Amino acid sequence: MKTSFSIYFKLVLTLILSALLAYAVGLYGNLPWWSFVVTNFIIAIIFIQKPVNAFLSGALGIGFLWLGLSLVIDNQNQHLLSTKVANILPLNGSYAKLIAITTLIGFLLGGLASLSGSFIRKSK
Amino acid sequence: MRLLPLLASAIVTIGLTTVLNMQLPIGSTKSPRLGYFLSPQHGFWKNAEKVNANFDASIVANDLKGNVDVYMDDRLVPHIYADNDEDAYFVQGYLHAKYRLWQMDFQTRVAAGRLSEIAGADKLSIDRFFRRLGMVYGAEQTEAYINEHNPVMKATVDAYTAGVNAFLKQLSPEDLPFEYKLMNYAPEEWTPKKTYLFLMFMSYDLTGRSASADLQLTNTRDYLGYDLFNTLYTNQQDSLDPIIPKGTLFAQPSITPMQPIGADIAYLKKQDSSTNASAVNNTPEAPDKNNGSNNWAVSGSKTKSGRPILCSDPHLGLNLPSLWYEVQITTPTHSTYGASFPGSPAVIIGFNDSLAWGVTNAGRDVLDYYELKFKDSTQKEYWFNGNWQPTTNRQEVIKVKDSADVIENIAMTHWGPAMFDAHYQNPQSKGRNLAVKWTGLNASTGVETFYKLNRAKNFDDYLSAISLWKCPGQNFVFASKTGDIAIKQQGSFVARWDRQGDFIMPGQDSSYDWQGIIPNDENPMIKNPERGFVSSANQKSVDPTYPYYLGTASSFPLYRGISVNKRLGNMNQITAKDMQLLQTDNYNVFAEAARPALMKFIDPTLLSADASRMVSLMTSWNLYNNENEKGITVFKIIWDSVETSVWGDELAGSPIPLTSPESYVLLDQMNKDSNWSVADDITTKNKIETLKEQVNLGVEKATKILLELEKENKLSWSTFKATRVSHLTKIPALSRLNLPIGGGENIINATTEAHGPSWRMVVHLTDEIEAYGLYPGGQSGNPGSPYYDTFVNYWAAGKYYRLLFLPKEKLVANERTKWHIQFKTI
Repeated sequence: MKTSFSIYFKLVLTLILSALLAYAVGLYGNLPWWSFVVTNFIIAIIFIQKPVNAFLSGALGIGFLWLGLSLVIDNQNQHLLSTKVANILPLNGSYAKLIAITTLIGFLLGGLASLSGSFIRKSK
Repeated sequence: MRLLPLLASAIVTIGLTTVLNMQLPIGSTKSPRLGYFLSPQHGFWKNAEKVNANFDASIVANDLKGNVDVYMDDRLVPHIYADNDEDAYFVQGYLHAKYRLWQMDFQTRVAAGRLSEIAGADKLSIDRFFRRLGMVYGAEQTEAYINEHNPVMKATVDAYTAGVNAFLKQLSPEDLPFEYKLMNYAPEEWTPKKTYLFLMFMSYDLTGRSASADLQLTNTRDYLGYDLFNTLYTNQQDSLDPIIPKGTLFAQPSITPMQPIGADIAYLKKQDSSTNASAVNNTPEAPDKNNGSNNWAVSGSKTKSGRPILCSDPHLGLNLPSLWYEVQITTPTHSTYGASFPGSPAVIIGFNDSLAWGVTNAGRDVLDYYELKFKDSTQKEYWFNGNWQPTTNRQEVIKVKDSADVIENIAMTHWGPAMFDAHYQNPQSKGRNLAVKWTGLNASTGVETFYKLNRAKNFDDYLSAISLWKCPGQNFVFASKTGDIAIKQQGSFVARWDRQGDFIMPGQDSSYDWQGIIPNDENPMIKNPERGFVSSANQKSVDPTYPYYLGTASSFPLYRGISVNKRLGNMNQITAKDMQLLQTDNYNVFAEAARPALMKFIDPTLLSADASRMVSLMTSWNLYNNENEKGITVFKIIWDSVETSVWGDELAGSPIPLTSPESYVLLDQMNKDSNWSVADDITTKNKIETLKEQVNLGVEKATKILLELEKENKLSWSTFKATRVSHLTKIPALSRLNLPIGGGENIINATTEAHGPSWRMVVHLTDEIEAYGLYPGGQSGNPGSPYYDTFVNYWAAGKYYRLLFLPKEKLVANERTKWHIQFKTI
């Protein structure tokens, strides 16, 4: 039985690792946008966690990354483009909803990728 | 390993990734690939530019001969300083691509008939139309000609092309322009041919209306019979104030175009009765009838400074990104500033340190249809001058997204491409085999005209520059620091006999062929006229004593020209500010004449209470199409409604849409003949309606519409007109809608719903040139940039920017200069 501290430590560590690696592969525009699915999957194979924790670390890692990036970009752009896109997509011009959906996509895919990885090796 | 959960989870992950990586159908269009599009490191977020972005840059380009300095001013206008001409055009290409890549690519795709390739089978009818009209063929002719005969233009276009491609080469996928991400495709390498295709598109936009008008006029004539047709579509314009003042003597013509014997019956169908038509499929949008412009120059005798002022405002479809991109180009050979076309080198409308120039559309008819007789369905031979002549086959392959290629086999004839045949028809072509003959399909060194205008020093240079111009025919206005003003209508114009080419012509022998191209020195021109100004506003350039036929009167709007000339005639001590006010003037000279004509027939005792209230709104109106006026809305709706009452019945029975007659036809009849027979409603058998009855009926019908508008609060002019500047894809979120601006048809400020002054320029030719200008858009084509639509509000408000046109040292020191882009060869 592991201590709850080490479980949380691992969760936070993999969360940060997910975000960092996703950001790093994201810098290469020639790699597909979904490269973080692969990196999250690999992280979850290496760092064994319970499925629920693996999901959370991957989901929060990518979710926070996409939330943070879109928030910073949108703020520096004063919502010019996000408002337009939120009118092209059926979001009534709400940049907040657009950021929420961006975050949700990162959260879901990131989580699912890590969850899949966690099933490769059994957690002890 | 836990196999089942792994499988389940992997399937969901892969499934979701796949779905988010796909374009999903929404209605008739497709969504972007959502995961990609929303990814902050790949998708649209990357196009959200910092509002306080720094545009300083240092760019290494090995194709350059020397270093080039570009300074961007506070409006993001680049000022290019290069050591040689080719480097300047390389950098112009690079900057066009950097700020307008998607637009350049899109516009040339339209011209090349390649929309289906990115948008799918939906756009096939547009692509087929342009392919069959010969747009690609025309661009190929020009490219081959320039490559063989014109090394300077070849080098210019090649340098421009290399600049565009240098930008493309360093463009990483995540930095693709927004629209590529939205529609999910990628740019391709630029080629000189694309530049020529873009110029073909301008030819089409400005002379291609005949491609639909000739068919419509033929069908309208066939439906109404020649006599009624000639009444409703008369070429007589009593109130014409031509570009070349009435009474000017013209030289003896070198060509005397003769109408072929028998043409009254065989071609004009003067005795033909009505025939009927059946409708089939779609045609693409014809060029806007209002594609036109104003330009004028006043001589020093009429200005406060004693120096000429030149003004030019081309009226075109209003789009984002704009057709125009401002630029200054300075090299040891010349220094010029103005509006350029993303897609082409050089400045198109602008000025240099000696003179200024501008253009308006000539509107002359340079596109005709000839009816063919093929021997059989293989279309390998056609009857011409008493023999079966062979055609050659031109194959055009249209790639279609998610679908098989479509192949167009076009029979090429003496006249040109057989545009309409058994395989291609539209409702107006009615099963005919029609070849198109169009000056736009001939090789042209049009870009050289601008190249030379950019460098012109005096009147002679101007004349020699424009002498190269072929299609689309333009009125080139000119003014120099030395005090000369001039205007010349220049192009490759057909020496026509009366009404030649208004309708489809017989194509079985050469008797209906063009009898020559009018020599340049017989094209209308005036220099330094006594009245102290020259002007054009798309009206007929000459009075009826000119020895050649210009084309059908509907191509020549009457009223803006009258307004411009009247105002300029009365003005003295003119300043640049006065000229700005004139360019944005909203006075309605048509209503000035038409309102009293209406009132002559309106009988107040016959009107309902609502109708008389509306009529009084119209009579108390000040005749200005200003933003908040209601009188103009009432006037317009009443007038349109009276037109419909008068000739709607004559046109209503046709199964295919017919051309509406011009407003001046009704106005002239109202002033001349209260018993005009067309007023009778032919659907009532036992009664003959008078013009008076039709006018009052029109007022009552209009009142119903007006009451509705009043309820919706849409009576004030700008609300009713709802001017917009649309993104090229017409996506509303990327467009500017419901702009607060007056103006309209027949108004100097020719701003209609989606069309209007696309670049306003006022140049005062003082020692240090004082120039003003703007276009309804912004220098950046990126919807995520604050520079995307920067000028739109200012433009709507009728304001102007002072244009910075300075030598390098002065520009660098100017407080409006913000950024520096260095181009180096390493």
